[in-house]
Amino acid sequence: MELSELTASQIIDRIKTRAMSAVEAARASLDRIESLNGSIGAFLRTYPDYALARARQIDEQVASGVDPGPLAGLPIGIKDNICESIGKTTCASKILENYSPPYDAHVVEKLVRAGAVIVGKTNLDEFAMGSSTENSGLQRTYNPWDLERVPGGSSGGSASAVAARMVPVALGSDTGGSIRQPASLCGVFGLKPTYGRISRYGLVAYGSSLDQIGPFANDINDIALLMNVLSGQDPKDSTSVPADYAPVPNFVEQLHGGVAGLKIGLPKEYYAQGGLDPEVRKATNQAIQILKDLGAELVEISLPHTDYALACYYLIATAEASSNLARYDGIHYGYRTANPTDILDVYFRSRAEGFGEEVKRRIMLGTYALSAGYYDAYYLKALKVRTLIKRDFENAFKRVDVICCPVSPTAAFKIGEKIQDPLTMYLSDIFTLSANLAGIPGLSVPCGFTNDGLPIGLQMLGKHFDEATMLRAAWAYQQATDWHRRQPKIARS
Amino acid sequence: MAILTEAEVQHVAKLARLNLSPEQIKLFAGQLGSILEHVEKLNELDTRDVEPTVHAAPLTNVLRDDQDRPGSGVEAILKNAPERDGPFFKVPKVLDGES
Repeated sequence: MELSELTASQIIDRIKTRAMSAVEAARASLDRIESLNGSIGAFLRTYPDYALARARQIDEQVASGVDPGPLAGLPIGIKDNICESIGKTTCASKILENYSPPYDAHVVEKLVRAGAVIVGKTNLDEFAMGSSTENSGLQRTYNPWDLERVPGGSSGGSASAVAARMVPVALGSDTGGSIRQPASLCGVFGLKPTYGRISRYGLVAYGSSLDQIGPFANDINDIALLMNVLSGQDPKDSTSVPADYAPVPNFVEQLHGGVAGLKIGLPKEYYAQGGLDPEVRKATNQAIQILKDLGAELVEISLPHTDYALACYYLIATAEASSNLARYDGIHYGYRTANPTDILDVYFRSRAEGFGEEVKRRIMLGTYALSAGYYDAYYLKALKVRTLIKRDFENAFKRVDVICCPVSPTAAFKIGEKIQDPLTMYLSDIFTLSANLAGIPGLSVPCGFTNDGLPIGLQMLGKHFDEATMLRAAWAYQQATDWHRRQPKIARS
Repeated sequence: MAILTEAEVQHVAKLARLNLSPEQIKLFAGQLGSILEHVEKLNELDTRDVEPTVHAAPLTNVLRDDQDRPGSGVEAILKNAPERDGPFFKVPKVLDGES
């Protein structure tokens, strides 16, 4: 069986039982990347020497009876805003084009300790700001299902890498939808955990109260497996929650309970959105029907502050970004302008020359929202509306266990279609933003295709620290459907 | 319509330490103006009795004991320096000769 047909769990089993070597798995992944990346552009760079050396170590451990870890030999791609000391971490920005972190992100340490083999770093919208990966300052990524279309963003590289089976799993980050939306547009699973579930140490900060790292995969069991490894408090991230507050369950063991009696909330405001494509609506409804047939109960709910989420998000995220990106000043690392006249010139010109347009736009918006005279009217106001949005979910979850809705109002759009008007691009995230504001977990589940063969995702939203219920529902759905097993033509050639 | 004047854009750019060309200032005035116009929507909501939510995690003041820990080391920290001089980051003069 081809590596590209195997799930992560199957690969790990084969490596542990020596039916396959970790070196074979790494080589197969690197070969696939080499043959497909020219067309898809998912990876910014690969680490063949590192990956093969690591894979050899795993094989030696297996051969000598040492436990190589729960992810033994698993090839994985990492979004290039997550720091590792193997090579560079650029955030797809010219301002960090040559930056080599002197440390590993907490999630990278955990993956390596678990035996995973990092094969390379994937493309993203610059500093994770965008919904199409078109804002990457370094290269283009194309949707493997249709190379004239975007893979979504900002984790477009990771989503397309998994869709094209270059790697069975990848990591992304989600601040306003950046895992879930590209997962939906590329036909793969993508999970944003509860805020505080996974350490952000080593994730280059965009919106510190919104950011979370999460996995992409072609199989729910693989998502659960990665969640087992990545979750848990990290003393280096003071926003990661302790075990006594939110114990980490065994997500894999909790997959199989089924959905009999599960109460699914359908937010009426989401289904009333004008921009919701009819094919997306239809596929989402059909998916929900399948869950009902499997025993779930459908309950109409209201999230009354839905229409305010976009404004709320774009004030909070940009305000936080303006603060987080102030560190890129050309002094200690990153791009410094040539021949600066004085210290201010270093700041003004390094930043002007190093940052792309969308990044500048968001820094400007955030700076404005925080500036004297505007702080109360914009930033503080947004923080109060955030409380109202959070309360909407708390109220809804008194009546239901999980919420189902679309991920994205449309399937993958054409390259260049939305890039001219920022506000149009921002509207791609209307269904995903609220989860980051409220801190709740969200999951994108492949649930169908448009007539043009473009993937559609169903979104599940869960209670704080209750990823297990979403995963259980998704597993039940996966058993009853085969959308997730379909591969784009380019991956099958 | 909530518009940002070009002067306001210039002021914000200065706060954000960003050099913008005249074309960029004009473009941003329009684009940021549209976004701010959308954002005015939040004023439809009465939030006088609502507490702000700064972040969604249920934690405050997470502390640890003040104990020495090994750091990354000078070489690791300096390896990405745009300009260095021994163990120092080299930068243009910050203070003028008078002070």
